Amino acid sequence: MTYSFVLESLLNGLLVGGVYSLMAIGLTLIFGVMKVINFAHGSLIMLGMYTAYWAVALLHVDPYISVLISFGVLFLVGAAFQKFLINPILDAPEHNQLLLTLGVSLFMENFAVFVWSPDYRVMKTPYSGINFYVGDVSISFVRLVAFGLAMLVSAVIYMVLTRTDLGKAIRAASEEPRGALLMGINIRRIYLITFGMGAACAGVSGAAVTPFMPVYPYVGWLFVITAFVVVVLGGMGSVFGAFIGGLIIGLADSVGAIFLAGSMKSIISFIIFILILLFKPSGLFGRENA
Amino acid sequence: MGNSSFLEILSVSKSFRGLEALSDVSVNLKQGEILGLIGPNGAGKTTLFNLVTGFFPPDSGQIRFLGQNTVGLKPHQICKLGITRTFQIVKSFSQLSTLENVAVGCYNCSSDIREVEEMAWETLRFVGLEKKALDPANSLTTPDRKRLELARALGTKPKLLLLDEVMAGLNPKEQGDIIKLVHKIRDQGTTVFIIEHHMRVIMGVSDRIVVLNHGVCIADGEPRKVCEDKNVIEAYLGKGVYAC
Amino acid sequence: MPEGSAHTYYLQRWLGFQAWIAIAVVLAALHALPWVVPSVLHIMIMIFLYAIMGQGWNVLGGYAGQFSFGHSLFFGIGAYVSTLLFIHFGLSPWVGMFFSCSAGIVMGLFLGYLSFRYGLKGPFFALIMLAFAEIFHMITMGWRAVGGALGLLVPLKGNSPLLMQFVGKEPFYFLTLWMTVGSLYLVWRIEGTRTGLYFLATREDHDAAEALGVNTFRSQMAAMVISSGMTAIGGTVYAQYLLYIDPDSTFGVANSVEIMLRPIIGGPGTILGPLLGSVLLTPLSEITRLAFQSYSGVHLMIYGIILVLVIMFLPDGIIGLAKKTLARVGK
Repeated sequence: MTYSFVLESLLNGLLVGGVYSLMAIGLTLIFGVMKVINFAHGSLIMLGMYTAYWAVALLHVDPYISVLISFGVLFLVGAAFQKFLINPILDAPEHNQLLLTLGVSLFMENFAVFVWSPDYRVMKTPYSGINFYVGDVSISFVRLVAFGLAMLVSAVIYMVLTRTDLGKAIRAASEEPRGALLMGINIRRIYLITFGMGAACAGVSGAAVTPFMPVYPYVGWLFVITAFVVVVLGGMGSVFGAFIGGLIIGLADSVGAIFLAGSMKSIISFIIFILILLFKPSGLFGRENA
Repeated sequence: MGNSSFLEILSVSKSFRGLEALSDVSVNLKQGEILGLIGPNGAGKTTLFNLVTGFFPPDSGQIRFLGQNTVGLKPHQICKLGITRTFQIVKSFSQLSTLENVAVGCYNCSSDIREVEEMAWETLRFVGLEKKALDPANSLTTPDRKRLELARALGTKPKLLLLDEVMAGLNPKEQGDIIKLVHKIRDQGTTVFIIEHHMRVIMGVSDRIVVLNHGVCIADGEPRKVCEDKNVIEAYLGKGVYAC
Repeated sequence: MPEGSAHTYYLQRWLGFQAWIAIAVVLAALHALPWVVPSVLHIMIMIFLYAIMGQGWNVLGGYAGQFSFGHSLFFGIGAYVSTLLFIHFGLSPWVGMFFSCSAGIVMGLFLGYLSFRYGLKGPFFALIMLAFAEIFHMITMGWRAVGGALGLLVPLKGNSPLLMQFVGKEPFYFLTLWMTVGSLYLVWRIEGTRTGLYFLATREDHDAAEALGVNTFRSQMAAMVISSGMTAIGGTVYAQYLLYIDPDSTFGVANSVEIMLRPIIGGPGTILGPLLGSVLLTPLSEITRLAFQSYSGVHLMIYGIILVLVIMFLPDGIIGLAKKTLARVGK
């Protein structure tokens, strides 16, 4: 275990962590505004990955164009999901909402198995082999770009939320739906857009990692659990918290990978998850629930 | 053994995230009285109830019931000591029947299922809900739900009953019915501590009134006196709720 | 409708003479089944096994209101503990079952303490259970001493009733049948007691229950003990019947879903819910497994659709729908 190996691992962890941040931002946005815990987020990520994969394999577009395609496709999927499945159950008990989104994820993942087979697929792109070197430490181009994309989209979302009227409307809807309604804000439309945005985050994160992660139907599972851990760590509903949390978890996972066997690397983040739930359920930056 | 000490609330304070909900409040209840607690919205009335019933502890101060310290006890333990409360926003067990709702409270007094059922029926008759005993709680009308809230608390045969805005949402006739019930409850030997928003109602039912405003106790005494108190008038001025 | 101290009591659970006769008839028919339709035995065993574990989930989820998304944790613990004791010490699974049950209960108490003491709310509890199940999944996958990813083969002993191994399916059929009957009876008895009512009160409104003297923590812990124990026992019997266990088939998320779906679709918080759900779902999954051999996930896809439809249109499950219909017809 050399110094450069450790550094490389940590750096990779950080870069992937940026993508975790984006995944978590999508999830926390949906929760913050609609108070819905979207278990199907992993399936949306998976869809984003497949969209990117097929765009490159069939349409021969550049992998980074496929990111845009994923963005668009997932935004629409998210909006449809919200309109037809989530809207009707907004007032249902929380565990029913969880169950519904679980049902959707079960369906989507196994549908993917059915249609695309459970085989692992790897996106073939010349970008995958490119590496930069800083001393002995190698940084993979695709990971760097994934990080960059994730940061870009995160920043855009942050800007939208804080600087635009739409963002203000979204924040109003999340804090005080009735008040927002009285002010003439179309809550239904806000929910639709927010869910679309959340799903688009999932799509972009999925597409961003496709150049260096295998695509298969159950890949969403790993990501959704990680995204949940990040959201809980950062504080449910806090976009900034999701951002920081993603980086922390990315680092934790890479530390885990250094010391533990392959399948166990996520144990550290799980333990963090459990500790946070027990001792500070509102997370690092979340709003305290009285 | 001090026999005049029934419920002693001594200098309690409670803050939430920097906001002071209650500040150095002291109240003494005598056994057998009906003590009213009024104040504008946000004055800290429900917070005081939450402290007494153990839903959260005070930041400072003491609370003693029949000489025993209750701070730190869980709500169900305080219930077993003899204090039961109702909630401002009615919290029925919606999927259970009216009878089952009351039975939950009655299990405090007996563990025999038949005895509990008898007690539950008796309590329902006392509040006038016996015809709806087998209906699910979520099918009851608002006034009936308020009665259920009352019945559940009565089922525990409390020594001290805390009523939190049990009149809210009721028309004057319904309020009159509840006032009669409260008197019946006191006549049976239960001490009552009642929060109400409507001055008129509270005047009609209380032996004594405590007034809170912004977490501070601003008056404590007989209804007539409190009604004419300058501080109280000021607190309610402009709200249109005040009527002597 | 009697008023008060009449002779009809509504709180306790009591079945009339006719009901007992009906039950006896059904049991007699079920006893005759192995000779009348022997091909159905495997499915019946699976129906019963999952009905038992579903009932376990139901006590905690349907009655006490804490939905766990990781019940495969107890199932896996049950399966692995008795199997490991059998493999390494030759301990009969009949005895091993008690250890499995205890191990499951200990885990349940631990998780229950952590969750309920800290007041974990609904979805978070569901997720923490999932997280723990996944942790065990990962550990068993990576730990060669318990078989790793390849799992464990239960040593074949042929016809040894004392070691819970039989030639033929009939003994397992009767075992699981009576275990199911036992689970139904247990829940039926709980329903008519203070414990049962306290479960429901805790589920309906935590604060109101506390204010009425219910020790909600103790209530939830009691539900957890019953729930984890029942599910763990199911794990032991499963291991002995199928003679092979591995991390995916025991601790996997799919298993949590299988266990959970039975009561949710049948009717959460009802006695017959899990059994009904199992009767409907088990054949479905077996049939799709046969029809779409290469992709065993198809039944999960169908589960997903069913789950979505049930949540949207039948949140009280099938029994809930039946009750509502009967109530409407009654008027």
